Amino acid sequence: MGIDLKTVKHISKLSRISVDDEKAKKLEADLNSIFSFIEKLNELNTEKIEPLTSIAETNLQLRKDEIKSSNIREQILKNSPEENKDFFVVPKVIE
Amino acid sequence: MPDIIDLTLVELVDKIRKKKISSKEVTAAYVDRSQKSKKLNTYVTEDFEIALKKADNFDKNPNYEKKLPGIPIAVKDLFCTKNLRTTAGSKILGNFIPTYESTVTENLWNAGSILLGKLNCDEFAMGSSNETSFFGNVQNPVGENLVPGGSSGGSASALAAKLTPTTIGTDTGGSIRQPASFTGTVGLKPTYGSCSRYGIVAFASSLDQAGPMTRDVKDCSLLLEVMSSYDRKDSTSVDFKRGNYLKELNNSIKGKKIGIPKEYRVEGMPKEIEDLWQKGINIIKEAGAEIVNISLPNTKYALPAYYIVAPAEASSNLARYDGVKYGFRSKGENLIDMYEKTRSEGFGNEVKRRIMIGTYVLSSGYYDAYYLKAQKVRKLIKNDFDEVYKKVDAILTPSTPSSAFKIGEKTNDPVSMYLNDIFTVPINLAGLPAISIPAGIDSKGYPLGLQIIGKAFEEQNILNIAYSIEKEINFKNKINDWWM
Repeated sequence: MGIDLKTVKHISKLSRISVDDEKAKKLEADLNSIFSFIEKLNELNTEKIEPLTSIAETNLQLRKDEIKSSNIREQILKNSPEENKDFFVVPKVIE
Repeated sequence: MPDIIDLTLVELVDKIRKKKISSKEVTAAYVDRSQKSKKLNTYVTEDFEIALKKADNFDKNPNYEKKLPGIPIAVKDLFCTKNLRTTAGSKILGNFIPTYESTVTENLWNAGSILLGKLNCDEFAMGSSNETSFFGNVQNPVGENLVPGGSSGGSASALAAKLTPTTIGTDTGGSIRQPASFTGTVGLKPTYGSCSRYGIVAFASSLDQAGPMTRDVKDCSLLLEVMSSYDRKDSTSVDFKRGNYLKELNNSIKGKKIGIPKEYRVEGMPKEIEDLWQKGINIIKEAGAEIVNISLPNTKYALPAYYIVAPAEASSNLARYDGVKYGFRSKGENLIDMYEKTRSEGFGNEVKRRIMIGTYVLSSGYYDAYYLKAQKVRKLIKNDFDEVYKKVDAILTPSTPSSAFKIGEKTNDPVSMYLNDIFTVPINLAGLPAISIPAGIDSKGYPLGLQIIGKAFEEQNILNIAYSIEKEINFKNKINDWWM
């Protein structure tokens, strides 16, 4: 099956990556070539196979939810692109 | 005494312990050579001044009990280093300064080593040539305008060019072993769960593993020993008895059964690689091991399955790069517009491609056809290995289907680039350990590697087999410092 331009635009929306028309065309070609490679899997009948869900085959460990680092609020906020004393700043959401 | 930069890690440790050289002398030698080698573009961030200070401090107050006493090490820029910029080779991380240290690098510093700087890599470790890095191509010291492989291309190049005595990388589908093979160095991907993933920028979490990249198998054993640890901060870290890999390293492989999988004789593989493989087979036979012909029938489905599983996990892991809490942000008319522009301008083409593949295969209506199917195929691939491991102790294959290629040669065709990892990807899907060692050169003089795949948690076994082959082959990397 092929991926058309409309699907590329749809995936770009879902991925939150804006794509202009020229890039979308290039992506359409690339994705089609990659998916025709992936479609090789259809040769295999996997109806009765259990999917592999964990490679480590151990139970995930639980730990207490404790605060271990302190006084790094300032350092963390410093990494944000729009700095503010106490918050992460984003474009206005509510009109 | 040979030049400092020509000593292996194990030799350096010995000389520092015997006070024949100081940490400062070693660090200064590597800083000096690194500064003269900017043309290779291996470093994204240098930390030379601080490294020299740390070396001075070590010499003033030395602790020779440590496993890496005063040893300077440059690391792949995918490991978070506290208070030092970490980029993952991407524009989108901008000037991100981690507030924490990855467990693997913490293990290195706790063992007495010193950070030299952060090394270039493919963006978010997605690539096989180091050409997807926002910070530009890396040159392979083996030859001008040759890729070093990827994604740990900066690490492999810096190691082969002797800009660091040893280094570390990460391997999701071959990102340690393929560049090791392209640069004539040793690279090991440990069993999934051996090295903690905490603090490593995530690509595909069920496949990612950190591992050592070194000049020889002895160095590899020592570095793995330091890197590997059980870590509660990584929920898939496995609590198993880790070996004293260096102490227990030996080249006695008598009676070992080594499998040769027929599916790795792929169409179009150069005869030189075929010959090299045969050379490896002869060496281990000579050493008293038994060769067993085996079949891993689902090998050809590994790469297509990987290109569903890895992008799916990546699309989810990379959702966090939204321009809000750290890194690069583009201006947008509203919140959604800001997200979309930030991600469009902040990610490179290969990363965007993979996020979109991943988003598509996980999207409503396609999950069963792609992701679930791939997880089932992954099970079949793991079953293949489980089955042959009833008969053999390890498997010998080539590391890559070709030697290093020219910069730009494969950038326009993603699938031809993906085919580089045809021999390495199945191992990640099955979570097994594997090592690549340099075993010869092709007609162009470029290095070629052999891969030894082991049973889960049997790193010692593949190290021993690699050690016995290394001793016989006695590979010497011919690097003429053309960039200096």
